[in-house]
Amino acid sequence: MPVHPSPSHSPGSAPGPALHLAVALDGAGWHPAAWREPGADADRLFTAGYWAALVAEAEAGLLDFVTFEDSLSLQSTDPAGPDGRTDLVRGRLDAVLVAARVAPLSRHIGLVPSVVATHTEPFHVSKALATLDYVSRGRAGLRIQISERPDEVGHFGRRTAPLDPAELYGEAADHVEVVRRLWDSWEDDAEIRDAATGRFVDRAKLHYIDFEGPRFSVKGPSITPRPPQGLPPVSALASDVAVYPFLARSADIGYVTARDAGEVRAAVAALPGTPHVFGELTVFLDEQPATAERRLQRLDAAHGAAYTSDARVFAGTAADLADLLLEWREAGLTGFRLRPGVLAHDLPAITRGLVPELQRRGAFRRSYEASSLRGLLGLARPASRYAAAPAAPAATASPAA
Amino acid sequence: MSKPLKQIHLAAHFPGVNSTTVWSDPAAGSQIDFDSFVHFARTAERAKFDFLFLAEGLRLREQGGEIYDLDVVGRPDTFTVLAALAAVTEHLGLAGTINSTFNEPYEVARQFASLDHLSGGRAAWNVVTSWDAFTGENFRRGGFLPREERYERAREFLDTAGELFDAWDGGEILADPVSGEFLRDASPGAFAHRGEQFDISGHFNVLRSPQGRPVIFQAGDSDEGREFAAAAADAIFGRYGTLEEGRAFYADVKGRLGRYGRTPDELKILPAATFVLGDTDAEARELAREVRLQQVSGATAIKRLEHVWNRDLSGYDPDGPLPDIDPLPGENTIALGRASVRMHRDPVAVAREWRERAAAEGLSIRELVIETTERQSFVGSPLTVAQGIDALVQADAADGFILVPHLTPGGLDAFADTVVPLLQERGVFRREYDGPTLRDHLGLAAPRALAPALAPARG
Ligand SMILES: Cc1cc2nc3c(=O)[nH]c(=O)nc-3n(C[C@H](O)[C@H](O)[C@H](O)COP(=O)(O)O)c2cc1C
Repeated sequence: MPVHPSPSHSPGSAPGPALHLAVALDGAGWHPAAWREPGADADRLFTAGYWAALVAEAEAGLLDFVTFEDSLSLQSTDPAGPDGRTDLVRGRLDAVLVAARVAPLSRHIGLVPSVVATHTEPFHVSKALATLDYVSRGRAGLRIQISERPDEVGHFGRRTAPLDPAELYGEAADHVEVVRRLWDSWEDDAEIRDAATGRFVDRAKLHYIDFEGPRFSVKGPSITPRPPQGLPPVSALASDVAVYPFLARSADIGYVTARDAGEVRAAVAALPGTPHVFGELTVFLDEQPATAERRLQRLDAAHGAAYTSDARVFAGTAADLADLLLEWREAGLTGFRLRPGVLAHDLPAITRGLVPELQRRGAFRRSYEASSLRGLLGLARPASRYAAAPAAPAATASPAA
Repeated sequence: MSKPLKQIHLAAHFPGVNSTTVWSDPAAGSQIDFDSFVHFARTAERAKFDFLFLAEGLRLREQGGEIYDLDVVGRPDTFTVLAALAAVTEHLGLAGTINSTFNEPYEVARQFASLDHLSGGRAAWNVVTSWDAFTGENFRRGGFLPREERYERAREFLDTAGELFDAWDGGEILADPVSGEFLRDASPGAFAHRGEQFDISGHFNVLRSPQGRPVIFQAGDSDEGREFAAAAADAIFGRYGTLEEGRAFYADVKGRLGRYGRTPDELKILPAATFVLGDTDAEARELAREVRLQQVSGATAIKRLEHVWNRDLSGYDPDGPLPDIDPLPGENTIALGRASVRMHRDPVAVAREWRERAAAEGLSIRELVIETTERQSFVGSPLTVAQGIDALVQADAADGFILVPHLTPGGLDAFADTVVPLLQERGVFRREYDGPTLRDHLGLAAPRALAPALAPARG
């Protein structure tokens, strides 16, 4: 009888493309009691040094990128507004600024702040991310979010709650479209410094984007020249199927919260055009499976409730997690965004435990192979959509349409 | 007994989108690469400057219906580049120009509070009010704000941001792992602002920052602008760097402070200033002439004339005489996105004066423009420049200067190496930073509530 061993049955080798790994940074970690753990540094969450140390650890582990969570309201367990709890981390710094603050202190790792499309100006977001790309020399990415929270509506006062989610996804898709057109609005070689004619730029290479949508219109061009990556990668969480059309139109990376290989396959099938589909997992990692389980129970006890998540929660060893990641790779994922349960513990467990395990199996890089985030993700640097197509090498081409 | 010497405040404006930046010089570097900003910021910090300053423009300028291409075009996002500079400097203040028209208070307050945290208390906000629908075309809200309302929105914007900065008092975070209390306060950051421009309420989600509030700057010269500064700003980015004009402006603005229960020390007046250094005064004058020729090409001269004439003058020869036609009256429609065109409040009078001067002195268009616009503020040997700066400050024409070099990124180097030591020797400029925050550098007390100060402003 022919046998086709699946890669997960032969952990010594893992043929297939190398995995991409990202880590989601938020507060002291994703478990609500994480801030109470030893080494959590909970009184330093609002300092630059705290974030710089986390990014340095992630970079030491050769991860593709880190994401920075954000919101335009206080963190809450209540979707409608503040929950009045005093036992959980509350308050956060602007994610784009945190990413910019750590950029000069790191060299290889991608920096992907979260931005709420619902209440921000695409013009501001576009130049902020372009600038993050400059200050990081090509390592910026964007995680776009929408917000239905009524308390955030009240912080801006421009519209009234409740907001229609379908409307918000459409608006976010327009937002991302504007952001990208603005990145493209300067061709790469627009700056000419032509002393003979006195021109600093060639205005033929600066483009009005003339975006007209039902919710806003934006003229362009950007005030910031095209960023080093051309188009920094855009990502978003596919929290449910309603988001898929938005992802398909707008994202280079979709994060999916599948619970098993079957759900992974369904999600991947539903996102045929998205270059990367990453699995989203909350992880608690220890040397022994029982230790990880006990730690999670201890955290739950401290918190007074079992931890629940939209994503699958994994408690176990790095080797078992590697098995799971490779199984889900078989199901079609190209990478993972891991949410460390406790950053002080689980981030080093990823960089010093999981990463070497994946390297032994030939499934993860041993050094940074590219200097830009697009490069790490295997995405080519695109030409500006407004650039005239280069002349065909054979001079017989008919005039372009 | 003589009056004690005033201490000079110095800051550096990254030479960007303006008509003084000489981009064609072989020593001119990138205007956008982060290395340029690092070099510039580190030089300013080495020289113990108070802060680095960034201007803002939210739409590429146009002239005669086309994007203006003769000056530097392109700049980074203010918050993002300042946050990155916080990583490569330790003391230098980080001042960003942010518009109150095309932003919302919750977001801007969050960004400044975050910048203040991430820089250990070095953030400053230059509140500007550009109103034009031209810029508005890049934003969701469009050109929604009538020009007269721009300071009304600015006032209420700053007022609201102040309420958000004050929404946390600083004692809310316990982070006690033993008791499990992260917060002392179950509802931190609560605010409610109900006004004409903003009707918002909820919870601010950034805790109180090291400076409490960023240092507030105002740039703008109208009566409303001066009043706004007297009521609510810690410093003015001014336009008058000469003895006579400077003293008049200084006296006028400082005289307005009493109305708001403030003392003259609570508002620093810092005009923009350019400089050219040489080994000798004669050499500096020669260099200054060359810089002016680089800044004002023939093509540039015609364009600058159009700012006054408000009409197409492309048919004129820059080496020939001035046009004998008059400027077109009304709002300037030929040059869009430029605050400086409003400097010429009576264009017909300016044109007449310029024509008379050109005729009397036999100046061509280009020569006239070189003679009349943006002459360098300080030209000379390091000693001459140090004396010139000190004299203006001691004479109450300014409290210090925001220097705008004409070269990126090395335009500050010689000043740092030669003029600063002379000012230090005279005892008018710090040798070391006294404290960690920008408020410390500027000698400003802890922030006070802005709301009561603003209240009588409309009376
Ligand atoms: C020295 C100086 C610098 C300025 N810098 C900026 C700037 O960077 N961005 C901007 O939009 N406006 C800038 N302005 C314009 C002012 O914010 C203001 O909009 C303009 O001067 C009109 O206001 P006013 O009528 O009070 O003069 C500046 C003005 C001055 C005097």
